[in-house]
Amino acid sequence: MATRPSVTVAAPPRLTAWLAHHRRVAWESLAGLLRNGVSSALTWLVIGIALVLPALGYVLLKNATTLTGGWDGKPRLTVYFDLASGDTAAQRFASRVKGWEGVDGAEYISRASALAEFQRRSGFGDVITSLARNPLPAVVTVTPSEVAPGEIRMLAIRIEGSDDVDDVVVDLAWIERLSALLTLAQRAVWALGSFLGLGVLLIIGNTIRLSIESRRSEIEVIKLVGATDGFVRRPFLYLGLWYGLGGAVLAIILLTACLAVLSGPVQRLLGSYGSQFDVHGLGLSGGLLLMLIGSIFGIGGAWLAVSRHLDDIQPQ
Amino acid sequence: MIRFDHVSKRYAGGRDALREVDFELANAEMAFLTGRSGAGKSTLLKLIILMERASQGQVFVDGINLNRTLRGQVPALRRKIGVVFQNHQLLFDRSVFDNVALPLTISGYQPREVGRRVRAALSKVGLAGKEQQLPMALSGGEQQRVGIARAVVNKPPLLLADEPTGNLDPDLSREIMNLFSEFNQVGVTVLIATHDLALVDAMAKRVLQLRDGRLIEGVGVAGGSTDHVRVDQRGEVPGPTRSEGGDAS
Repeated sequence: MATRPSVTVAAPPRLTAWLAHHRRVAWESLAGLLRNGVSSALTWLVIGIALVLPALGYVLLKNATTLTGGWDGKPRLTVYFDLASGDTAAQRFASRVKGWEGVDGAEYISRASALAEFQRRSGFGDVITSLARNPLPAVVTVTPSEVAPGEIRMLAIRIEGSDDVDDVVVDLAWIERLSALLTLAQRAVWALGSFLGLGVLLIIGNTIRLSIESRRSEIEVIKLVGATDGFVRRPFLYLGLWYGLGGAVLAIILLTACLAVLSGPVQRLLGSYGSQFDVHGLGLSGGLLLMLIGSIFGIGGAWLAVSRHLDDIQPQ
Repeated sequence: MIRFDHVSKRYAGGRDALREVDFELANAEMAFLTGRSGAGKSTLLKLIILMERASQGQVFVDGINLNRTLRGQVPALRRKIGVVFQNHQLLFDRSVFDNVALPLTISGYQPREVGRRVRAALSKVGLAGKEQQLPMALSGGEQQRVGIARAVVNKPPLLLADEPTGNLDPDLSREIMNLFSEFNQVGVTVLIATHDLALVDAMAKRVLQLRDGRLIEGVGVAGGSTDHVRVDQRGEVPGPTRSEGGDAS
């Protein structure tokens, strides 16, 4: 082995060539997908639908959370005073309670203004004017700074112990039920997302497997001329990436369309409760996250297929 | 360059493709591997490029014991060996240029360098100007020459050919053999499996003859070559003499 005149080769600048090859493979695999328009579009659509379901669940859940937060975010304690104690006790309590720890604010509603509001809202105006005297007590609504049910209960007990307080009403059960419901819905979205994510992984894996099969002879040839495993894998990983990313983009489009359709009825529904609410979409970060997730699933599915099937293909 | 040390190959199913094959091919030597179909020619070549592994004995290529190579080392070995296949093994959906460029792309050459080398290799095999055609548009002989260009484009020290003239007429066959001879003259070790005995005689090179998996003849022919290597009765090669060669392209 002393002489080998024809072999000395200046080492090529590997990194730039490697990057150039990545660019080329990325582009070629994308171009290949676009050439097979219909079948690629179908795969993208399947992936897009599988991704849009959990994404839609996530968005609706996020909107529900914002919505319940929009109803002031915090529960209020309604403190009713003895009819006998009159407005002054309530007024004093309102100014005192503002200084308490754990209290954000307090609003005093006099007996007269309570009656006026009831008259206005209930539609029993005539009945009320016929009453001999005002049946409504003075009310202070207390806004706690903590939202944890335990803290609110403690505050309620303390208020109940104050002079002239007749009753404290906190709709804790409602808050707890809502938060339990939202947690449940969150879990459901996660479960749905996991199953459909697994589905996306398998869809992409299977699509890549078919692609590997159809390029079997090409793989044999490039293995014969000395391609490394990484080189052989590369086009298929890019293919997976494009499938996943394309599916995610399609999912974003489907989601936007879906929300546009839902937005009107939701606003009418909430409008009937006297609430203003805009349905929020994924947003930029949500969209990017979905694209990232799609890409990861794409590469992951491709990797599964490639690691299972490429070893089987050896030159004959 | 190549050394077979009591190599046997038994395929699953019990067929013995090679039995106790023992020979050495020196650096820059050129030899023919002959024998009937099924005598073990293809198996012998497959052992050299690790498409198969020996059941017994040891194969050395360029000083490397192939028995000890790991999966991950196979690509590096194959890049040292240019192989010309009887069925060409071309990619029919890629241009002639892309086919020939394949070994360079795999090794990570710069596109500019790839272009230069591919054109050099194509003009060497007489296909300059056909770079952008698809292999389908070429004749059998031209396809074979694309295969040869691909085999030599990265200037490997070892060139193997399996029935390179299998489907060609005598004139084309001679042309292709002369091409191999030219590569040999610039220092490339060449081993050609063929059953075209007339051509082998005409080329006056060393002949390794296989029969039923055994090497029954390994005697070089004197004259005509810079490498007069004789194999003695035990199949061993005496100290080879060789000339310094120039650049392959």
